[in-house]
Amino acid sequence: MADRPLSPHLTIWKWGPHMLTSILHRVTGDGMALVGLAVLLWWLGALASGPEAYATFVSVMTSWFGYIVLVGLTWAFFTHMMSGLRHFVLDIGAGYELDTNKTWATLSPVIAILLTAGFWALILLS
Amino acid sequence: MGNGTSIGKVRGLGSAHQGPHHWLLQRFTAIGNLVLMLFLLASFIFLPDLSYTTLREWFARPLPATAVALLVVSVFWHARLGLQVMLEDYVDNSGNRFALIALLNLAAVAGIGIGLFSIASMAFGGAA
Repeated sequence: MADRPLSPHLTIWKWGPHMLTSILHRVTGDGMALVGLAVLLWWLGALASGPEAYATFVSVMTSWFGYIVLVGLTWAFFTHMMSGLRHFVLDIGAGYELDTNKTWATLSPVIAILLTAGFWALILLS
Repeated sequence: MGNGTSIGKVRGLGSAHQGPHHWLLQRFTAIGNLVLMLFLLASFIFLPDLSYTTLREWFARPLPATAVALLVVSVFWHARLGLQVMLEDYVDNSGNRFALIALLNLAAVAGIGIGLFSIASMAFGGAA
């Protein structure tokens, strides 16, 4: 593979919404796998261990840093969910027309931000 | 195959016939994650609070305990498949890649074990 020319790659393309949605799907998915699952196991393990362990979990998660992690994880979940639903549509061979594709690539991360805001409004205000 | 080009070698070997299984499992677990995560997030909203007592009573009930147990299995397996793709894309050295995928499998199965044990102890243990 020494000095052969490579096919055009990331650097030469003009960025479009579908590229952002695509890389967001990977970043949010791998991010949740590495951070979110650790939080999930800590939550379950602390609950199973007893009131003191759960109090420690709650005090960390209700600090400013904890809220950044939790809001970040819910944003990652809804972003991954929306782009994942878009993947299901693309998997059946639909939604590849240029304007349709661009519309849903743009709407998916925007709807995800609205869902994140709505979820936290219901959690904090109810 | 001699010293053909890389693509020539790949064509000579043919497909590993393992791709569709991985691809389909990623989708099946995605559907599981979708249903069960929405159940968990809706429960967070509808539960009166997220205190220790409330959540221990919640996990002592069969439907929540089963749903979160299934979520643990589905979400850890989905994460295992996704992280495997990341490693295959970004780790060039085949030895390192194999070692990391082996480690990933251990971590995923350990995570499922810890999660299921925690839920089972809350569902069956009773000592809240």
